[in-house]
Amino acid sequence: MLRGWHYLKFSSICLVGLCLFGCGAKKTAVERGNKAQILHLGNQTEPQDLDPHIVTGEPELHIISALLEGLVTEDPKDLRPIPGVAQSWDVSPDLKTYTFHVRSNALWSNGDRVTAGDFVYSCKRVLSPALGSEYAYMLFCVVNAEAYHSKKIATFDSVGVSARNDSTLIVNLAQPTPYFLALLSHTAWQPVHKATIEKYGAIDARGTAWTRPGNFVGNGAFVLKSWVLNKEIVVEKNSRYWDAQTVRLAEIHFYPIESSLTEERAFRAGQLHTTANVPPNKIAEYRLTSPKLLHVDPYLATYYYLFNVHRPPFDNVCVRKSLAMAIDRKSIADNICKGGQLPAFNFTPPGTAGFTATAHLTENLDSAKALLALAGFPDGKGFPKVELLYNTSELHQTIAQALQEMWKKNLNVDIQLVNQEWKVYLDAQKRKDYFISRAGWSGDYVDPNTFLDLWVTGGGNNRAGWSSPRYDSLINASRGALSQTLRFACYQQAESLLTSEMPILPIYFYVSSHLRATSVKGWYGTILDRHPYKYVWLDDQ
Amino acid sequence: MLRLILRRCAEAIPALFAIATITFFMVRLAPGGPFSSEKNTDPSVLASLNAHYGLDKPLYVQYGLYMFKALQGDLGPSFKYPGRSVNEIIAGAFPVSLELGLLAISIALVCGMSAGLLASLRPRSLLDHIPMTIAMTGMCVPTFVLGPILVLGLGLGLQLFPVSGWNGPLDRVLPSLTLAAPYAAYIARLMRGGMLDVLPKDFIRTARAKGVSEIGIILRHALRGGVGPVVSFLGPASAGIITGSFVIETIFAIPGLGRFFVLAAFNRDYTMILGCVLFYATLIILLNLLVDILLAWINPRLRGAS
Repeated sequence: MLRGWHYLKFSSICLVGLCLFGCGAKKTAVERGNKAQILHLGNQTEPQDLDPHIVTGEPELHIISALLEGLVTEDPKDLRPIPGVAQSWDVSPDLKTYTFHVRSNALWSNGDRVTAGDFVYSCKRVLSPALGSEYAYMLFCVVNAEAYHSKKIATFDSVGVSARNDSTLIVNLAQPTPYFLALLSHTAWQPVHKATIEKYGAIDARGTAWTRPGNFVGNGAFVLKSWVLNKEIVVEKNSRYWDAQTVRLAEIHFYPIESSLTEERAFRAGQLHTTANVPPNKIAEYRLTSPKLLHVDPYLATYYYLFNVHRPPFDNVCVRKSLAMAIDRKSIADNICKGGQLPAFNFTPPGTAGFTATAHLTENLDSAKALLALAGFPDGKGFPKVELLYNTSELHQTIAQALQEMWKKNLNVDIQLVNQEWKVYLDAQKRKDYFISRAGWSGDYVDPNTFLDLWVTGGGNNRAGWSSPRYDSLINASRGALSQTLRFACYQQAESLLTSEMPILPIYFYVSSHLRATSVKGWYGTILDRHPYKYVWLDDQ
Repeated sequence: MLRLILRRCAEAIPALFAIATITFFMVRLAPGGPFSSEKNTDPSVLASLNAHYGLDKPLYVQYGLYMFKALQGDLGPSFKYPGRSVNEIIAGAFPVSLELGLLAISIALVCGMSAGLLASLRPRSLLDHIPMTIAMTGMCVPTFVLGPILVLGLGLGLQLFPVSGWNGPLDRVLPSLTLAAPYAAYIARLMRGGMLDVLPKDFIRTARAKGVSEIGIILRHALRGGVGPVVSFLGPASAGIITGSFVIETIFAIPGLGRFFVLAAFNRDYTMILGCVLFYATLIILLNLLVDILLAWINPRLRGAS
């Protein structure tokens, strides 16, 4: 009995000791990071690779933007193109020729000078057909770029990118492209170091070892320090960077945390400075208890449904319009998404490079009923059995169920829900094997063109199968427009046509939501959720 | 014993061959491909990618080439991670899953066996009901519930352990406990059952009559017979723990192989799926063989039969 009592006493002391040890004054990673200027970031998933010409995802883009710098870089507040490797540029009066002046103090991390020739080499690499770069089309605005990529011309000499000397790069565009400078921030336009690429393989070799720590030669504000698969990527300040005095962070640690719940817990435990996402059901709580930590900003993306315009009853514009008018978008945004998403009544997010569509769809139940009756289905009678396709996700399912209920209640129309795994869903959508399908589109660059270009006849991403010669001519005309006013006038008409033909049903505009420690400074909410790290710093106070 | 090992190895070869063949054709039957994405891929880019990974060749040629390379230990390049081979990913991620699995199985064995043993000593008493109720609860609570509860209590509440990551020794505690809990519970019930089978046996009564102490009876005589069901369970349990840690790896952001395996299926990363299936199949066969050897070593009758 006495032995048992001693044992209990000993255990209690141990437990209390352990608690005190755990609860002691040990500083969190965030606190230590603030002191040493080490930023800890949640970055969603393990990057595919760090090759700017191969990767396609946002997590990769975040890391590459720290390691490489293009001709232009982005303003940290509004992502406006500002001088990067090019200290200035001239544009010809016909807006077709850009002459970039490469700064003489721009260096690669191994000490070599960044030259205009490096950009020519990089463009050649992206356009090499064998590399299989999925974003090669970002260069198709350049003279003969598409022809070289599709092997219609054999030599690169006739492609409109050339170096007059080490400091002068000339880019000839096939037609005026007002958003050309915005395109230059994309990874497809980032330079690569020729000697490093060729040390580990041919110009068009995929997946070589050049992106590994120790091999990677970059020209960005940071250099690759370590990469542990699925655990952490560390980049450290590049002392050879031309603007090194602006860079205040010593290191950035990118963590591939896929679960937003795990990420949120890591943030609460002081392991992360910022999270990539916030679990939707936590947003309200943060808004109430810690509003300073929660950051919700507009994001350049639209959540919408596609109508298969080749399948009855959606070949009838009245049916499409009727369904689009009979839902309550605000209720979906407020009660299901809960993150401050904006209800979408047109396709292009408002304020995209200064463009806000004037054409707006109106939610009107009486008009919706009248249109359905006009299509031959008064009060939903005789409406065929149709399905709504979405990919497996709790959010998509809840939205689909809400719309199903709204259509039943408002129009007396029965819609069946079909849930498919991601790749199966993509396959069905591509084959146009659906009636209504969930979809989302995020812009590649800040310009309405990245949205409205989608619906041209035969466009690879036009999965509604919709075609309008007038719409095509409007988009074509916008490309040739020399002034912003003329171009935006074309886009206004295009949006108006989309609203009257309704091949798609816009639901809401996305937002990006993050949890961010108050010590993080120089980090602003931007429409592409990009944050040039050279301006970010940590306040230790 | 040697014959047993040789026979099992000989049986493993056609089994692995069949697994590889079935998996190869099954993943190809699934709709969608490794390069399909929400944004359209240019047909010429798709053709380049297919050519690069040999997907433009007839399926039987692809199968032949894959098997030829797999026989030499080359599991091919990952389609999702262009710069990495499947061998490299498995070599990098499996040690983490293995460490997590070994820690979990150790915890499960220590806790489960102790609880089961304790419960079997006084059947239908409080000493039996309490651990068995806890064990039943442990079996019923899924890891995706237990994990966050432990994180909230011991990680965020008491701040005893980190809530995610895989760096220091303290990082190992919560994921190992979460992964171990259901197995510990099952082992406890098996141990109790095994001991209750053995304790009424004649040889125990004889030992007791000869005046052997109660501890001596349990440790020297009863335990050897009672542990049999636990050892039999160890094979599938080890395989389950090592291969089935996807949920734990996601909850605690652990860089193990489970996440690669599951995500490979979603990404249609053909070579990664095949590589993982082959690797895990080999591992399970090996673990089962180990358990058979262990059982034969514990039970002389089985040794004679083998």
